[in-house]
Amino acid sequence: MNRIKAFGAFWYDFVVGDDWQIAALVVAGLALTAILVHTAGVNAWWLLPLFVFAALGWSLHRATRSR
Amino acid sequence: MNALPLILTVFVACAVEAVEALTIVMATGLTREWRSTFQGMGAALVVLAVVTAVIGPALTLLPLSALRLVVGALLAIFGLQWLRKAVLRATGYKALHDEASAYLREVAAAKAAPVQARRGVTDWYSFTLAFKGVLLEGLEVVFIVLTFGANQHNIGAAVIGAVAAIVVVSIAGFAVKAPLSKVPENWLKFAVGVMLTSFGTFWGAEGAGVDWPGNDAALLVLVPVVALVSAGYVFWLRSRKATVSAPDKESEVVSS
Repeated sequence: MNRIKAFGAFWYDFVVGDDWQIAALVVAGLALTAILVHTAGVNAWWLLPLFVFAALGWSLHRATRSR
Repeated sequence: MNALPLILTVFVACAVEAVEALTIVMATGLTREWRSTFQGMGAALVVLAVVTAVIGPALTLLPLSALRLVVGALLAIFGLQWLRKAVLRATGYKALHDEASAYLREVAAAKAAPVQARRGVTDWYSFTLAFKGVLLEGLEVVFIVLTFGANQHNIGAAVIGAVAAIVVVSIAGFAVKAPLSKVPENWLKFAVGVMLTSFGTFWGAEGAGVDWPGNDAALLVLVPVVALVSAGYVFWLRSRKATVSAPDKESEVVSS
């Protein structure tokens, strides 16, 4: 069981890294883009870059705000 | 898309990882013994080759839109983590990754460990250290090669970039017989973070169904914009830092 946990922890750290909120924002950006494209017919190519820049800025702000 | 940007991107990304693996291999080999170190390195390379051979062809069988959605998301997340670390290091919120001091730490640990023969390996410590170092850094190389190569349906070109990086870094390392501490590692990581984030965003959005204005040419705009925004964050944090009391540079644990 410990080995499975360690295996999972390794891959979580490898893919998600230090800040899970970056991953959450990227996934949210992709989901919203797909919804806009496929249900509203909007070619929302601009949306994911906005989420990406916001994710980086938010993560940097949280990492440095108390220091 | 032309194969050259693919090869160059993979080359730079893999060179950064190769420098870190080389530090561990050099520290182990020069301090203890080369035979077990090379055995560990060889075993790790075999594992990495098997992973590439199994996952690589499987990835190319996936529908392109699904592949781009998943791989784009992973690359963007991966790239943003690299950028985050690079920006924090560039602004002094995180200690710079120093290959020279990493090398000294590895040497000190290698000198202190006892020599123990196991499973046909003369020095088990050298073997496991080289194996772990090459495997962990190599997994990032494999990830980059497979995601970039599969998306472009050109894993061969990505492999060329990766192998060239490993060969160049290895030759340089063995020529100077020391870690490559003069490599501007943080700025290379910044550049790689920009590339991974840009390609990830481009492919991820395509996978979600968007048509980029100008198709592939959109990358020529996206890459500089990501670089500019990231550089903007560096200036923002530097100016913010100047207005508050000096932070503790070592308070965040440094990883590769």
